[in-house]
Amino acid sequence: MNSVIETAGLRKAFGSKVAVDDLTLTVGRGEVFGFLGPNGAGKTTSMKMLLGLVTPTAGVGQVLGAPLGDVKARAKMGFLPEHFRFQDWLSGREFLRFHGRLYGLAGGVLTRRIEELLERVDLLDAADRPLRGYSKGMLQRIGLAQALLNQPDLVFLDEPTSGLDPLGRFLVRDIIVALREQGASVFVNSHLLSEVEVTCDRVAFVKRGCVVREMALAEQAGDVTVELKLGHVDAALLAGLAQFGRDVRQVDGLVRLTASDEATLPDIARWLVAQGVSIYRLAADHKSLEELFLEVMGEDERPG
Amino acid sequence: MRGILTVAHLTLHEVKGRKVALAALILGVAFLVVFGVGLYFVYRDMIGGGLGFTPSRAQQNVGLSFLVMAGLYAVNFLMVMMAVLMPVDTLAGDIRSGVIQTLVTKPVRRASIVLGKWLGFWVVLALYLVMMAGGVMLIAWAIAGFEVQNAPAGLALMLLEGTLLMTLSILGGTRLSTLATGVMVFGLYGLAFIGGWLEQLGAVLGNVTTQNFGIIASLIVPSEALWQLASYVMQPPLIREVSITPFSVVSVPSTGMLVWALVYTLGALLLALRQFGKRDL
Repeated sequence: MNSVIETAGLRKAFGSKVAVDDLTLTVGRGEVFGFLGPNGAGKTTSMKMLLGLVTPTAGVGQVLGAPLGDVKARAKMGFLPEHFRFQDWLSGREFLRFHGRLYGLAGGVLTRRIEELLERVDLLDAADRPLRGYSKGMLQRIGLAQALLNQPDLVFLDEPTSGLDPLGRFLVRDIIVALREQGASVFVNSHLLSEVEVTCDRVAFVKRGCVVREMALAEQAGDVTVELKLGHVDAALLAGLAQFGRDVRQVDGLVRLTASDEATLPDIARWLVAQGVSIYRLAADHKSLEELFLEVMGEDERPG
Repeated sequence: MRGILTVAHLTLHEVKGRKVALAALILGVAFLVVFGVGLYFVYRDMIGGGLGFTPSRAQQNVGLSFLVMAGLYAVNFLMVMMAVLMPVDTLAGDIRSGVIQTLVTKPVRRASIVLGKWLGFWVVLALYLVMMAGGVMLIAWAIAGFEVQNAPAGLALMLLEGTLLMTLSILGGTRLSTLATGVMVFGLYGLAFIGGWLEQLGAVLGNVTTQNFGIIASLIVPSEALWQLASYVMQPPLIREVSITPFSVVSVPSTGMLVWALVYTLGALLLALRQFGKRDL
């Protein structure tokens, strides 16, 4: 089995309000999958269906090879909710102990795991203080530790970096990277695109309850923006560059054009050299996720 | 089973962590002290001629029984409060705040979470009842040598009453808000309470319609009927028929009512498991 999540036509309606219209997606084993969309697009409801918190109105799905809502499969799943609230009368250590026991862990194994995680999320000093005294960032970190207690195969993170300071964000990023290295899969809901860009292997854009586009970030299909700094630019040169791409334009002393493929770059360089033009810079940029997001969503649905 | 016990343990922790146990303990002890001091002075007058005459042991027992039943009646009321208030927020509050989300996504059935909470609160309720009712009985025995008859049966009936109301409170939380649950369960308790009185009053007055009306109310919520049964078994025959007091029982709830109360409690628990099991969280 190469996929950890597979759904077909999942739908959730609350009365007449459709939260998720058609969720059809596959997340591969070992993959960090970003689920992106504006607020209200149905990201959290989708995640809740995968976790068995919400029963779908229609459609089917499997998580870790078991049907949605399967109790046993949860032993290998971890989850950090968006609006995390925990039993605030417990100390950090007690909190992890109870949740570890709910995972079926006990004894020395659990104790070692708790200490390991407290260190990982930098809460050893605060471990014996009640959670009610924790800051938001600390609560999120203890929540993250909670989601990793069982060394999960699949971790669900709902907006894991919103409300965190930069250090907290780095920690989340590190943990996601470490999980991938261990072969675990991560499903991240987010509207913070720059975060997603650096951590995710693949993303899906969700708009009004439907997945509108799915793509791998590494092999990001489509256009690259080529930026050139040249010794000499004239109209003939610009016209000549047009054979390599479209939208050739001159901005702030730089020449930019949009090429369809990175493979065009060496051709451009060779052609420029042949023309006797000095090249001071030749750079290619993929569209940022943000640009893609706007393209997919349309200008009316901005992130956030 | 592991899930149930872990959640029950967590619930005990909650009762402790939220200072419920401490408040109940301190005020419980205060209640017992007041009861003990009162009983001591009444009994001193009784045997020391302070009443103007020295009552016989049988007469003393009438007075002592009245006092002890008054104490148990108050304990019963406090236990009802505990039974309803302790768990009233446990599901509704956890659902509203989101605390429930990391619980129900663990490899534990939702039913185990409800049963664990139920068990945890039930243990606290039982301990509270034993401390309070047991305290009243122990004080009466220590100070005046008065023994409550059928104490275990009486306590069991009172505990069943508390269990029934506690289960209703948990059931409400699977669907309603905290406040709505509180209003509902106390409303039902009030209905049972007035129904119980109507039944007794109807029996005293020989008015069968009123009596039956009260019995119907007890069928809707059998909590007060259980108190009346408890109060009936704990009093000697002579005393329980003297006059109409909160603890005199003229119309004795039947065994059928007891069975109904058990079925009712079990039904409420099963309904709570079902409702919580299929609810979107």
